[in-house]
Amino acid sequence: MLRATDLVKTYGEKCAVDGIDFEVPAGESFGLLGPNGAGKSTTMRMVGAVSTRTSGELEILGLDPNDYGPEIRSQLGVVPQADNLDVDLRVRDNLLVYGRYFGLDRKIVARRADELLEFAQLSDRKTARVDDLSGGMKRRLTIARALINEPAMLLLDEPTTGLDPQARHILWDRLFQLKERGITLILTTHYMDEAEQLCDRLIVVDEGKIMAEGSPANLIRQYSSREVLEVRFGTEHNANAAKRLEGLGDRMELLPDRILIYAPDGETVLNQVIATGLEPITSLVRRSSLEDVFLRLTGRSLIE
Amino acid sequence: MSGSDLQHETGLQRQGGSPGQGTATVPTAQLAGLTLEDLRNRALRGGAKPRRYGTWYVAACKFRHQRTYIHTIIWTAIGTPLLYLMAMGLGLGSLVSANMGDEGISGVSYLVFVAPALLVTAAVSVGSEEMTYTILGGFKWNPIYFAMNAAPLAPVQIINGVVISVIARLTFVTTIYYGALLAFGASPSAWGWLTIPIGVLTSLGFNSLIMAYSASIEQDSGQIAMIMRFLVMPLTLFSGTFYPLETMPGYLQPIGWLSPLWHGAQLARSATYGLDESGLLIAGRIAYLVVLTAVGWIWAHRIAARRLNR
Amino acid sequence: MTMTELAVASHRRRLVDKTLYAGNARSVMWRGWRVASRTHYGIMISGFFEPVFYLLSLGIGLGGLVGVVAAPDGREIPYAAFIAPALLATSAMNGAIYDSTWNVFFKLNYSKLYDGMLATRLGPLDVALGEIGIALARGAVYAGGFMIVMTVLGLNMSWWALAALPATVLIAFGFASLGMAVTSYMKTFQQMDWINFVLLPMFLLSATFYPLSVYPQLVQWFIQAMPLWHAVELVRSLTTGVVHLGLLWHVLYFTVLSVIGIRFTTARLRALFLT
Repeated sequence: MLRATDLVKTYGEKCAVDGIDFEVPAGESFGLLGPNGAGKSTTMRMVGAVSTRTSGELEILGLDPNDYGPEIRSQLGVVPQADNLDVDLRVRDNLLVYGRYFGLDRKIVARRADELLEFAQLSDRKTARVDDLSGGMKRRLTIARALINEPAMLLLDEPTTGLDPQARHILWDRLFQLKERGITLILTTHYMDEAEQLCDRLIVVDEGKIMAEGSPANLIRQYSSREVLEVRFGTEHNANAAKRLEGLGDRMELLPDRILIYAPDGETVLNQVIATGLEPITSLVRRSSLEDVFLRLTGRSLIE
Repeated sequence: MSGSDLQHETGLQRQGGSPGQGTATVPTAQLAGLTLEDLRNRALRGGAKPRRYGTWYVAACKFRHQRTYIHTIIWTAIGTPLLYLMAMGLGLGSLVSANMGDEGISGVSYLVFVAPALLVTAAVSVGSEEMTYTILGGFKWNPIYFAMNAAPLAPVQIINGVVISVIARLTFVTTIYYGALLAFGASPSAWGWLTIPIGVLTSLGFNSLIMAYSASIEQDSGQIAMIMRFLVMPLTLFSGTFYPLETMPGYLQPIGWLSPLWHGAQLARSATYGLDESGLLIAGRIAYLVVLTAVGWIWAHRIAARRLNR
Repeated sequence: MTMTELAVASHRRRLVDKTLYAGNARSVMWRGWRVASRTHYGIMISGFFEPVFYLLSLGIGLGGLVGVVAAPDGREIPYAAFIAPALLATSAMNGAIYDSTWNVFFKLNYSKLYDGMLATRLGPLDVALGEIGIALARGAVYAGGFMIVMTVLGLNMSWWALAALPATVLIAFGFASLGMAVTSYMKTFQQMDWINFVLLPMFLLSATFYPLSVYPQLVQWFIQAMPLWHAVELVRSLTTGVVHLGLLWHVLYFTVLSVIGIRFTTARLRALFLT
């Protein structure tokens, strides 16, 4: 479905994507996880056949985007990071006009538009102005628009960034339904929970390079422990406390506001911490997440 | 899956789910079971129409946009000629006649002299409106060009589609204006209708470069307002529109020679009242406008391609 | 705060409802100044050049065709001296209308600036006066520049021309308060287009480029009801030195226009934001 080999994109001196390889079979939900500026969006644009690669190989649906841009794009649904709905048109007209860009028959587009509005829970907003929609509604409309051509592959660049929790869950539900229908999903995110919810497999990207690859569960197993203990001693005391806690658990990370201790069993470590005589202001035992994987791989937090 | 199994142009069987329990059907094709080869063929078919007709899809979208301000389009198209022909042609004309006689400007009345230039000026200003903010907006405030490009449309098609929609509006505006010229008796020659294509061409010659520049603006800090005030407006005033270019002091006349508006106005005068100009000069003026149009248009293609391909 | 200031302040409060006016239009003007000082300088100076371009093009070029025209008192004056005051009045109108319509429309409907302002102690009248004030200050600078150009070209024919400067400020005040009142009713960009449909005919027809006498009597009366005609007549009389008591009618016209405009604007701002 999608194959990238040693894919590179440079802007002048700056190297945004620095030789990445990945392959996505049809029907898979594939994620690119990384902080802002990691090269995710650039990769997405190359996969979307709108950005020409600097070097390397890229094959989408068995075609080279350099020669078959329009053909490839006719099979893609694109949900960009910032909504680019046509604000001069009403909600339903956005779908109709967009469908025409693919050269689809008017009648077919009209029928699909109504189905998609139903799917996106926007049926009662058909004639609304785009600007009058909430952020979550705009996102759903953008996704509906991306589906107007019955795409084989859906590209989602940070699909839920800036949405409130409820809107995110509605969106996840819709994306999950699409995945069940066999659409290949490619999405970028810097949210761990999103990656864990939606991705069968993902690559962790930082500074244009792939740091790790695998399913969310495998990555957590490989790069982190089962549980994490988070303790806080106050901004000024964390560093000193960390020195006294050295040796506890599998591994420790000192962050400005808290200390993370990785261990198979968080409660046991917490008891050990208390046994040293230190009294944390707050403590929390939680399951390891992709955030921890990323921290381990890069030494940095995802959201800074 | 063989070709004959494919339904309509998407080539896929739709699954008719029932919208039970309040959940909508997922309105997508059933893709499971398709081989890469199937998908590849689906793509090759899907790209054919956009490649061929993409320009018109863009134009159709722009026509829809124009429909949202159709009242403005119609009323300015009708109001502008009436107002200007009345105020400038008749009102100001009465002052000129008082001073120079009824046929004081190279043998015609001031109304007949000024009317063709007013038509061309109107075309230029409508074009400036449609080829500046609209273009910048499509990249910036309402970034539909990126959306079009994410669909199968190419940058060249996007620019061409926009230009087609502009030509359509220009043709409408100049046709109405020519009608007003006839009503005011301001176009004595039978060739007066040529002002319609002349107006469109002049507007393109004038605005194509501005369109290319508008497409290149990344940070909007009022550049277009500057162009309007320091380029479009002065050129309108110093291009021999309201009086023969020769009336201006010699050192200001080169402004007119460079200005596509002056060449367009002179062409329009040849059409409406047979301004005495050699065939060579007329051909030269047309060539100048065509070259300007072509250069700006091609430049706009390049800028759009570069900007959309990041 | 001293005792007298307190006394004045409380007196002021009794005069006007303080939810309407906090006596702090200055702060709104100051904000306008901060914004203006960061605007592209080219945009700022273009407001000065526009009437100058018109004057050079039409005064010089068209003047050659038109020759001389009659001043308000019947004297023959060069065409440039005839249109220059009209351009001055028109640019006062355009500047004031632009600042009070497009600018205000954007702040009302998009940047929501006034919501923020009215959430403070500022009342709607502070906002209205402050916004109009900054528009006037800018307009006065442009008018001053244009007056200098006129003087250099020998188009100011009397010392009364000095009075044209405060006259343009009054004219701008009238147009700005009217423009703001109208804008407060506007909801879409399409409606804003109608403002141009009114301005352009007024500009072309209000005895700007040729005397009113070319029209039939009925049309003359209609034009004479338009604000721009009063503005042009007032400024033209002053710059050509034809001063008489009748000019006070024009002053009265703009004073009434300003008062009505401000009243409407304040009432609308109150209705939009404070109820």
